[in-house]
Amino acid sequence: MTATAEPTTGTRHHETVIGIETHCELATATKMFCACPTAFGAPPNSQVCPVCLGEPGSLPVVNGRAIEWAARIGLALNCTVAGRSQFHRKNYFYPDMPKNYQISQYDEPLCTGGRLDVPLDGAVRRVGITRVHMEEDTGKSLHVGATGRIHDAAYSLVDYNRAGIPLVEIVSEPDMRSPEEARAYAEELRAVLLALEVSDAKLEEGSLRFDVNISIRPVGSGGFGTKVELKNLNSLRSLYRAVAFEAERQRAVLRDGGTIVQETRHWDEGAGRTASMRSKEYATDYRYFPEPDLTPIVATPEWVEQVRSALPELPAGRRARLAAATGLDARTVAWLARDPGTLAYFEAAAAGRDPKVVATWVMGELQRVLHEQDQTLAGTLITPQRLGELLDLLARGEISATAAKGVLAEMATSDAPPRTIVERKGLAQLSDAAELEAVVAEVVQANPELVAKYRGGKQGVLGALVGQVMRATGGRANPALVRDLLGRAVGGPGG
Amino acid sequence: MSGGVPPQAALADLSAAELAARLAAGELSAVEATEAALERIAATDGRIHAFLTVTAEHALAQARAVDDDRARGAPLGPLAGVPLALKDVLCARGIRTTAGSRILDRYLPPYDATVVARLREAGAVVVGKTNMDEFAMGSSTENSGFGPTRNPWDPGRVPGGSSGGSAAAVAAGHAALGIGTDTGGSIRQPASLCGVVGVKPTYGLVSRYGLIAFASSLDQVGPLTRTVRDAALLVEAIAGHDPLDSTSIDAPAPDLTSGLERGVEGLRIGVVAEFLRGGVQPGVRARVDEALTRLDKLGARLDEVSLPSFEYALSAYYLIAPAECSSNLARYDGVRWGLRAQGAPDVVEMMLRTRSQGFGAEVKRRVMLGTYALSAGYYDAYYGRAQKVRTLVVRDLERAWQERGLDLLVGPTSPTTAFRIGERADDPLAMYLSDVFTVPVNLAGTAAVSIPAGLADEDGLPVGLQLVAPVLGEATMLRAAHALEQDLGFDNRPSQVLARAERAGGRERGDRPGEEATTP
Repeated sequence: MTATAEPTTGTRHHETVIGIETHCELATATKMFCACPTAFGAPPNSQVCPVCLGEPGSLPVVNGRAIEWAARIGLALNCTVAGRSQFHRKNYFYPDMPKNYQISQYDEPLCTGGRLDVPLDGAVRRVGITRVHMEEDTGKSLHVGATGRIHDAAYSLVDYNRAGIPLVEIVSEPDMRSPEEARAYAEELRAVLLALEVSDAKLEEGSLRFDVNISIRPVGSGGFGTKVELKNLNSLRSLYRAVAFEAERQRAVLRDGGTIVQETRHWDEGAGRTASMRSKEYATDYRYFPEPDLTPIVATPEWVEQVRSALPELPAGRRARLAAATGLDARTVAWLARDPGTLAYFEAAAAGRDPKVVATWVMGELQRVLHEQDQTLAGTLITPQRLGELLDLLARGEISATAAKGVLAEMATSDAPPRTIVERKGLAQLSDAAELEAVVAEVVQANPELVAKYRGGKQGVLGALVGQVMRATGGRANPALVRDLLGRAVGGPGG
Repeated sequence: MSGGVPPQAALADLSAAELAARLAAGELSAVEATEAALERIAATDGRIHAFLTVTAEHALAQARAVDDDRARGAPLGPLAGVPLALKDVLCARGIRTTAGSRILDRYLPPYDATVVARLREAGAVVVGKTNMDEFAMGSSTENSGFGPTRNPWDPGRVPGGSSGGSAAAVAAGHAALGIGTDTGGSIRQPASLCGVVGVKPTYGLVSRYGLIAFASSLDQVGPLTRTVRDAALLVEAIAGHDPLDSTSIDAPAPDLTSGLERGVEGLRIGVVAEFLRGGVQPGVRARVDEALTRLDKLGARLDEVSLPSFEYALSAYYLIAPAECSSNLARYDGVRWGLRAQGAPDVVEMMLRTRSQGFGAEVKRRVMLGTYALSAGYYDAYYGRAQKVRTLVVRDLERAWQERGLDLLVGPTSPTTAFRIGERADDPLAMYLSDVFTVPVNLAGTAAVSIPAGLADEDGLPVGLQLVAPVLGEATMLRAAHALEQDLGFDNRPSQVLARAERAGGRERGDRPGEEATTP
């Protein structure tokens, strides 16, 4: 069986139904219920206190900033913020959970009933948001043993630095129908979270985690098939592959006359497949009840409006603004507006220049250079101003596109302005007709066969002659001028 | 004691207010007061077993600090140098804190409870951590993982519980001040059984930070003392808003002492019909009736009042409290601190064995009850309905204050006097009935006090009278309690209590169930 996004012939009348539960760690300075710092990567158990360790007698105190940020997320997703919401305890035993219950929200969440409009292939797909609620993260277990899983570990170590970090859970409606839509939703949600500046939203560090519920059903059916939950999706690529694989696996099961088992499946990135996970011990009944150590969260309409009015520009707004200002196509706009940093970079570089050219360079050559140099847009020496200067040289014909690519690569490791690099490398474009005419004459003389062919009507060979001139000038010749001069030197075709 | 009253007995009989006055006047040093308390503990606690840990070194160091402050002329706290017995359910940094459980036998908290920090600021000297029913679950202190405490009035009887250690320590004169916690009556019932004063403050008046939780929505810290004035002083010292406890009331600590002498003239006091129906021991009933007569003579206006929901309060309590405890006690799993069972093949088995070995029978019973009450399919029928009863109890009380215009309610604290050790140990329901008059107050979150009302005729043991106040009604409540206390003149001086127990010891010995089998 291979993973594929293509509809399979035997079950072509089945559609995939996907809902996504997203866990997002908030980048607040302190934890959800205590004053411990939240920095990632600190030595194990160095960011802990009696509260987040669940020491006997300790009590939680709500981080007001975290509540505000969760409301911000809810409002950005067009949710309603409840006037009164409540924390509940979710009870289950697990060694990385200090109290053996998680403070979470149950039937009175902070935000409900929103939506996210997801751009996909130039169109918009609307995904419903069921709820946005607050909870605390757990610690991290390191199981030392053959498989790294708890069940056959020789021993386990627990790091509670993560325990108590504010976590927002965003539950979507089962509104997605393909791996592409699932990935686009995840990407757009991540973009929203970054725009809100509430999380660093890094999948690889676990500050953004997606659990996908997936089932299949006959097209047109109002009901739902048996759902499977996918875990361990550590990148958007994993998410896409896992959903594609799992949809196909479920189709194959049905095709073979089997039934789907409701279970949690683990995505194995290396093997490219999902595998059944043993369920959490004793996890079937969480015995939720209202957290007696905390009072209900009261959100006045004034406060909600205050949070709403402080919302920054969201990706959808950024895209609309960019499209209106530049006339760029939807895909390019979506790419450039995917995060505030990229957009700001583009806008700075494009100021007073042709947005199409700038977009092409930002999305193409610049990305290649950054990748090669292992640099980021925020950290590279190629500032938007410098890129703009380079593109100006190109636009004025002072350098060729080929030369510009070389200069750009140089700019990644040099803080010299592009013009200086151009001069230093002698890359300035030869636009002096007198100087070029001599070269053209040499090339015409050295290639009588090509010249004859051209004159015989084979216009295509002009390119080969232009190439010869370019080679002879080390790529510095202005190609348009060369073409012009060559045309004149050999006379028109058939002429 | 037959050799006459030892010299420190005079100190033992002094109230905290009297001790503090002598200390402030320079007639007595904090070290002298502390040493005297430690000597009394050494002399008599072998029989009573009020303490699980005696913190002699800490106490003397703190007493010396108080004396140094006094010598320097630095301002002294209101309880400076007064010995205090702290229930072993409050965390004190670096001091063994067990909550009466084997599962926390060697637990050293890394932090101080807010109450402990405030006691230190007030200058009180913690002489030790007192015995209690395991995780405060019980009414006799027999559920301690470290053996029972005996009632100073009669060593064959229980001191009540769960704060039996602190009540016994105060009654026996080991310390003038005691700190207990009250979830369903755990301060008031032992106060009643030991002939001392016990206050359950309004929920949220005293911080719960550092109080090892039994049932979070019901737990409250409060004083056990021999006089109402001492109780008022102690509440003043520990009360007040704490940002570390989200359920703490955002108000300054109340002034409870300055109006203490104002009497009960004109106060409207409701006599709760449900508190006097069947099951109340005749000697208890008699002392309560007398106290009502006295209140009437002192100028209070007594009115009978019926609070029908109180009938269901005990049932509701025994669903809500276990439900919360089943969750609160989940953290005792052997992973981070406390007992860890050895030799388990995996983590699940380790947790199971740790909890099986570490918890006593009553704790297991309540964890199971609570787990059941919160389970899917049973939640609405048990926990949900219990919360509805809780709402009804609150409404009944609101009606008493608002519609009937009552200032306080009155009744017995406990249906009986102190029972014999072992008498109810195998009958959980009989034990739970000890709390029938006290639990409604916890469900409603209001304040109550138990004060001694005399001795029951049939057994000569102390009877407690309970006064219940509205939320934050402590000042009025303690004013009435003080007036009645002055009028009744009950003698609970430790020297007298211990001498009486000594005399009664001979008569009681061999009279206890459980000993009859082995003693011909």
